[in-house]
Amino acid sequence: MADEVMKRVGPPVIEKTPGSGLVGRRTRALLAPRVTGQVRYTDDIHLPRMAWGRLLRCPHPHARIVRIDASRALARKGVLAVITGKDMPERFGIIPWTPDEYPLALERARFVGDAVAAVAATDERIAHEAAELIDVEYEILPAATDLDTAIDAPSVGLGRSGKDNVSKEVELEFGDVDALFAASDVIVEGNYYYEGSAHAPIETHCAIGQYDKNGLLTVWSATQVPHYLHRELSRVLRVSPTRIRVIQPPVGGAFGGKSEPFSLEFCAAKLAMLTGRPVKFLYTREEEFYAHRGRHPMRMAMKVGATRDGKLTAVDTRTHIDGGAYSSFGLVTAYYSGQLLTLPAFAQGYRFKSTRYFTNKPPCGPKRGHGSVQPRFAFEVSLDKIAEKIGMDPFELRRRNLVEANAQTLNGMRVTSNGITECLDKVESASQWKERRGKLPVGRGLGVAASAYISGTNYSIYPNAMPQSAVQLKVDRSGVVTIFSGQSEIGQGCDTLLAVLVADELGLDLGAIRVISGDTDLTPVDMGAYSSRGTFMNGNAALHAAQQVRTKMVDAVAEKLGVTPGEILVTRGALCVAADPSRSVPVTRAIELAEGKFGTLGAVGYYNTPELGGDYRGGTIGASPAYSFTAHVAEVSVDTETGRVDVKRIWVAHDCGKAICPTIVEGQMEGSAYMGAAEAIFEEHVIGKDGLHLGPNLLDYKIPTSLDVPELIALLVESNDPEGPRGAKEAGEGPLHPSIPAIANAIYDAVGVRIDRLPFSPARVLAALRDKRARERPGEQAAE
Amino acid sequence: MLPLPIFEYHKPRTLAEATGLLAALGDKAMILAGGTDVLPNMKQGLFEPEHVVSIAALDELRGIGFTRDPGGLEHLVIGSGMRLSEIADSLLVTRVAPALAEAAGLVGGPHHRAMGTLGGNICLDTRCRYYNQTYFWRKALGFCLKKDGTACHVVKGGAKCVAAASNDSAPALMALDAELLLLGNTGERRVRAVDFYTADGIRNTVLRPGEIVVRATIPVVSGRRSAFEKLRKRGAIDFPLLSIAARIDRDPEKRIRAVDIVVSALGARPRRVRAAAKVAPGAAETGLAESLAAGAYAECKPLTNLDEEAEWRREMVPVLVKKAVARALG
Ligand SMILES: Cc1cc2nc3c(=O)[nH]c(=O)nc-3n(C[C@H](O)[C@H](O)[C@H](O)COP(=O)(O)OP(=O)(O)OC[C@H]3O[C@@H](n4cnc5c(N)ncnc54)[C@H](O)[C@@H]3O)c2cc1C
Ligand code: SF4
Repeated sequence: MADEVMKRVGPPVIEKTPGSGLVGRRTRALLAPRVTGQVRYTDDIHLPRMAWGRLLRCPHPHARIVRIDASRALARKGVLAVITGKDMPERFGIIPWTPDEYPLALERARFVGDAVAAVAATDERIAHEAAELIDVEYEILPAATDLDTAIDAPSVGLGRSGKDNVSKEVELEFGDVDALFAASDVIVEGNYYYEGSAHAPIETHCAIGQYDKNGLLTVWSATQVPHYLHRELSRVLRVSPTRIRVIQPPVGGAFGGKSEPFSLEFCAAKLAMLTGRPVKFLYTREEEFYAHRGRHPMRMAMKVGATRDGKLTAVDTRTHIDGGAYSSFGLVTAYYSGQLLTLPAFAQGYRFKSTRYFTNKPPCGPKRGHGSVQPRFAFEVSLDKIAEKIGMDPFELRRRNLVEANAQTLNGMRVTSNGITECLDKVESASQWKERRGKLPVGRGLGVAASAYISGTNYSIYPNAMPQSAVQLKVDRSGVVTIFSGQSEIGQGCDTLLAVLVADELGLDLGAIRVISGDTDLTPVDMGAYSSRGTFMNGNAALHAAQQVRTKMVDAVAEKLGVTPGEILVTRGALCVAADPSRSVPVTRAIELAEGKFGTLGAVGYYNTPELGGDYRGGTIGASPAYSFTAHVAEVSVDTETGRVDVKRIWVAHDCGKAICPTIVEGQMEGSAYMGAAEAIFEEHVIGKDGLHLGPNLLDYKIPTSLDVPELIALLVESNDPEGPRGAKEAGEGPLHPSIPAIANAIYDAVGVRIDRLPFSPARVLAALRDKRARERPGEQAAE
Repeated sequence: MLPLPIFEYHKPRTLAEATGLLAALGDKAMILAGGTDVLPNMKQGLFEPEHVVSIAALDELRGIGFTRDPGGLEHLVIGSGMRLSEIADSLLVTRVAPALAEAAGLVGGPHHRAMGTLGGNICLDTRCRYYNQTYFWRKALGFCLKKDGTACHVVKGGAKCVAAASNDSAPALMALDAELLLLGNTGERRVRAVDFYTADGIRNTVLRPGEIVVRATIPVVSGRRSAFEKLRKRGAIDFPLLSIAARIDRDPEKRIRAVDIVVSALGARPRRVRAAAKVAPGAAETGLAESLAAGAYAECKPLTNLDEEAEWRREMVPVLVKKAVARALG
């Protein structure tokens, strides 16, 4: 905390170099092992003498642990050790102000699936069987398994004080909201509900602990945040960080679900220390749903005003957030649910109050588009309702309220590059909006929505003055350049991004680049793969490092060719005199020359954000060095007989600043839009009244199959951000946001019903259609 | 991953060896064909066999072809060991019994159809959202009648399990008037598909312990057409929320002779729609689909055994029946 007042190191100076032509090209390099199954995930690691761990989970939504008796388990052949909460009585949590989890519940278990004990055994089957032999005596406590109970029954006492169930409350107001509403010609009010969804990565959580005879604890984990894991392991296990190494192998999907420490990592480490053998934990699919941290259920009462000529006046939102059993990132979620709404098109006044409650359900956390996907749904649907009321095209309504480039949002966020206008133009023309909207046959419809998202946040989660991201380069005389990066490759392609940036800067081909990432012993600190910070921060750090090497290469070559450094151009494969390209030196030779002139080559690059954010409490949450922008048009077909919504197509235009690897950016855009569409139509993370998950498996929890995915058309927009690496901004989360409202608006266009509750399941659509018919023919309704 | 419990594995080479083995092992044994239902259920603690007898190597269970019975009537014969993908792709089945080919082609996803067999599908365990869960989950719920417990969570206070027949082949085989050949250690039996299923969700077939379904025989009747419709949330993988087969027989003059409609994924026993049996020979084709749909709607009441949207599923009964009949009418 003391660091907060300390002066932070600011962003480094990064030159605008022309590069050697690799940025923006389509390339497959570095990704081939991943798509051909050669990559080794955590579960592929088998160590000699490795034992297996298994967690015992609580079958009650809320219970006091009276007694744990492990004697039956310990008597089982093959069982090595059993641990309980008492073995690690230290709270942890990703947000330093709200640590409220124990690796194993200490006194109270707070949801069906909360971990209460762990066993290590000689194989996986025995570990599973032995966990069942641990006897736990529980005292059942009253539970709040839904938002209403959490609100109405403070006596359940899940909050920090024990007197209520409140996790975090945020209330902010900008402008004179009441006066603006009074001056509005139209006001639309709606109640919107989002039930929650899970990340459902194909790779479930997996971790291995190993404790060697030097006293070094190594933990391999499928995590997005090796650095935080390193810190928390040290704190909870009370082992010096100098005796811990965290290795993050390639991750098979995360989507935010692996961005904080989890029970299995602590237990694998602890059991490895106790048994002297490596211990592996692999969550089952069911456990993945209990570990959760999925998108929060939110109930949003939103009011939006506008003038007749389409000027948005004010927005007032009351949001209730169902946080589940623990805090996770909840403090940030509560802010994000309001703070991230003020771009790209917004009003002049804004008031929001968001309250996150604890419930006896699996804890919610960050899922792709953390905190802002739900309110974005409510807001973009509100805009559609306003457009209809004032008889204005929804594109036009948005255009009339856009925040411009190089401006400030209502809540004090600095906006630099802004490609929203081009995004809107692109999806409008690609979908033939003007020609087709309103002219499609009944049951077919088009809908539009727009959004903006952060490219990382301006503060790291724990306050400190140090850089948020760093990269080290090792330059070998053979021409190989190794990039050491703390960023987590979770399938999003950050290793490739770094390789392209560095190769481009140095004139190398991609085959000469190695990327070593996500290993706290080998790589410098990076905060991790969350908040869409990778490209912007890690990319800048890589450029910063590469440019130091580049300068040395250029200097050495200039000396050799007898020109000034300013006359040297770095091209692919060679450094040459710009005015006379026939005078050149191959890159590998340039490296040798530089090494001869300056000594062994290498460099350290870093990035930190400038000071950003509004001047009020919470004003830095949501402040980002750059914002990405997205617009979607969705086309749906609604079967009025079955209620089934078929999302035919989504046009996604996304301003990523600059597409350094266009194919990967398009992949992120498609993946995001698909994920949003899945939440719109299928996915629903439901916990029953009894606290039981409605179906913690991939048969009951419906992620779309390949047959259910709409056609996705990715349209790149490049606004060239002044501070992004080569102009780049984020692309991993932003493009998800408009999916749900664009589909909702398209359903309305198709069949004239508004469904303000997700997902738009056939039963709900059919019920809405029936209500509509009844409203339109009141006589018949009376007869029914 | 959920581990498989320990069991002893047997792989007999002949049908006789298999029936002998099954008889000797008694109720400690379970047949394994494609394993797409047996193995997940074992992992969830639903099946706890000490012995697993694989019938995957039995050539006697393979093959699709025609035979003629002593009365000269032609039959399509499908070995129970045939994979669902083979059945879906078979020209013979597509021609003679399109409802069955369509049903097989709509089971699960491509992997399930490549592994899953007809025999396994015919004998598929019934399904329920309170039953097809892990041991941990069921324990947290307090178990249920069908396995390890005493109460039903679908019909509160009910004394009978109403888990849903979820095998897509069942309504098709019933509508097509198939006959199943069952072989046990003491001999063989022939049971019509319509008599094979019972209304007991715990065990919904008349198969006796140790008996193997050897093949299904479907009469080849001229003027017969059939179609299959399935309700599910996603385009693949999902078990049926409704599974409907329609059969229409016409005489040489193209007049309706008989109609059969079977709706499944309701309770434990696929339901033959009575309204179909009442269609008189020579009935008009116009309005037929609608009246059968209305009949089916009145008779079929989905339960909350598969998901909570029983009301929506009920509304889908007439929609799907209409589609199936319309397609069968061609
Ligand atoms: C994700 C998923 C989705 C699925 N979706 C569907 C679906 O949509 N529709 C559907 O119908 N099924 C579905 N299934 C279930 C299953 O894949 C199929 O029913 C398949 O046909 C079962 O055949 P099998 O050979 O794998 O059976 P097995 O699993 O080997 O056996 C199933 C049962 O039949 C018994 N058995 C097998 N063969 C014989 C025989 N010849 N004689 C006597 N008893 C026998 C076994 O003892 C066992 O009780 C799905 C399964 C999964 C895992
Ligand atoms: S119908 Fe009742 S008894 Fe049968 S499986 Fe479902 S809950 Fe259990």
